[in-house]
Amino acid sequence: MPNFWKFFLLLLMSAVIIAVWVMEPPQNQLGEVSRLFYFHIPAAWVTVLAYFVAMSQSVLYLRRKELLYDIKASSAAELGTLFCILATITGSIFAKITWGGFWNWDPRQTSILILLLIYGAYLALRSAVREPERRAALSSVYCIFAFPAAVFLVFVTPRVYQSLHPADSIIDTSGRIQMPAPILLTLLASLFCFSLIFIWIHRLQVAIGRDPHREGKL
Amino acid sequence: MSIAQIKISGLSKSFDGRDVFADITEVVSQGECLVITGPNGSGKTTLLRVMAGLLRAGAGSVEYFLGDSVIQGQGLKRNLSLVSQDLALYDELTALENLHFLSRIQDCHFSKEELAQRLSQFGLGGRGNDLVGSFSSGMKQRLKYLHALLKEPKFLFLDEPTANLDEEGVRLVDEIIKSQKRDAIVVLATNERSELNYGEKTLQLGL
Amino acid sequence: MERKPSSLVYKGWCIFSKDLKSELRNRYALNALLMFAVTTLVAVNFAVGQFGLGEKLLAALFWIVVFFSALSGLAQTFIKEEETKTVSTLKLVASPNSIYLGKLTFNIALLFTLEVVIVPLFFLLSNVGGANLLLFFGVLILASLGLAAATTLIAAIVSKAAVKGALFAALSFPILLPLLVTAIRGTELSFRGEVFMSGFSELKILLSYLVVMIVASLMLFDFVWSE
Repeated sequence: MPNFWKFFLLLLMSAVIIAVWVMEPPQNQLGEVSRLFYFHIPAAWVTVLAYFVAMSQSVLYLRRKELLYDIKASSAAELGTLFCILATITGSIFAKITWGGFWNWDPRQTSILILLLIYGAYLALRSAVREPERRAALSSVYCIFAFPAAVFLVFVTPRVYQSLHPADSIIDTSGRIQMPAPILLTLLASLFCFSLIFIWIHRLQVAIGRDPHREGKL
Repeated sequence: MSIAQIKISGLSKSFDGRDVFADITEVVSQGECLVITGPNGSGKTTLLRVMAGLLRAGAGSVEYFLGDSVIQGQGLKRNLSLVSQDLALYDELTALENLHFLSRIQDCHFSKEELAQRLSQFGLGGRGNDLVGSFSSGMKQRLKYLHALLKEPKFLFLDEPTANLDEEGVRLVDEIIKSQKRDAIVVLATNERSELNYGEKTLQLGL
Repeated sequence: MERKPSSLVYKGWCIFSKDLKSELRNRYALNALLMFAVTTLVAVNFAVGQFGLGEKLLAALFWIVVFFSALSGLAQTFIKEEETKTVSTLKLVASPNSIYLGKLTFNIALLFTLEVVIVPLFFLLSNVGGANLLLFFGVLILASLGLAAATTLIAAIVSKAAVKGALFAALSFPILLPLLVTAIRGTELSFRGEVFMSGFSELKILLSYLVVMIVASLMLFDFVWSE
């Protein structure tokens, strides 16, 4: 990634971190722990973003059969898993302190867990196939096949379980985002930073994947 | 009768970064037999599989012609047979059940009597209702030949044709190759010196 | 010899009856399925004893037994072809779509056979009285079809990988979860003796899941099957 972006990211991320700790906690009644919000939401966002990247690259692989697409897909999935674990952990901590239990089967919690299971299954599948082309084909198919199921789940679970997620208190009945400007700004900046981090590490992973001997030079 | 032809251009295949064969180019026409030879592990079986459509080529292409038109997909499958050690028949079914299933799924319908007759021609008379699992490897090989020829293929691929066969069987294969050469293209992969004589064209792998 | 072109469905049927014949001769898959299901059902009921479980738990139990039994047997149809080296023979003669349809039909038949044994046994052991049988069977049939549809493609994937058993479970679970959740809910409603229409939205979801899974499988199967 060009150096300009690296410095920009450094500055912006530093600004975000400072803002997160200097400003008032975003939801006063919840206290200090709500500062997690600035990291939890972007982590969840990147998890989903990573899945879409993995899925689109899987489709491209199946169409064009070039292993580069498979490298891109699997790198995205690996990163997605990481961010997913992050999102689940930060979410659980938040849940423990605010709702009393680490796990409550809230629909959004369940959705992120399913995504984690899908990622895990995807990685398990990859490690069970030796030949590169077969591995690429099978994991691409699975990545695509799991998507409708995940969509179904996101729509099915809210009908079964009540939602405890505070998002419902941030977006009010008129649908507009009911957040004071500094909080919103910090959140958006954090989202942007997380996305940049994802893109940066993804590019590194893909570069390594294409040419394993380059690792030393990076 | 349409003349059959196979055009191979620049065919390459690699596994795990290692080249199995590269840049194979050849044209074979009806009446000609192509013999693929080379030491063990030189990729003869892989080449046959790529040509039969079981494996995807890394680069290059194989084209099949009947007359002037290209045939591919299901049309090609109906006209192509491959006999190989690693292509098994169903052990838990009888010989007749195997033949019945494999032929009708390719749109060829035979009566029980016709099939029984063919079995006798291949030295398997009276064994139609026995499970293939109880056959010796030589008998299984004969049954595979029978299955391969049932649909009167224009392209007959044979991988190590006389492996596991006794004298009688070797003679049978010899008859098959000689008679099929007239109406079809035969492609043979073999290590046997004697079988090199079948081929008007030869492809050496593993160089 | 007579050459007569035939339809995809006919070819799928040929493959199904070939598999059926094979299975009836040695019953590997069916035995595994039945053994697992019966053992689990009896074990749990034994452990629970006289106290009985509520409708919700009973519904969940039923579907857990079906789900895990399915996992122990539904991949067999592909794994056996790989192990006996008949995959290439099949590849040479049949189109991917006909193979998928044939194998799907076989898995559906296997699952239904399992349920013919399990459902009466379940009702016997759990003392579920006053259930709405129409709703129960509606949910059962649709969910079973969906289960077979989703797992057939995964079975094909797993047959080409190592560690097949555990992998089959890991890959199937996330994909089957929406089906299981909905089926459990629908079955719970039927156990409570609710009217048929109360389970209507569950039936709708099961039907759309089934359709989506079949369509997605048909589109993706060739990529798994061809090398």
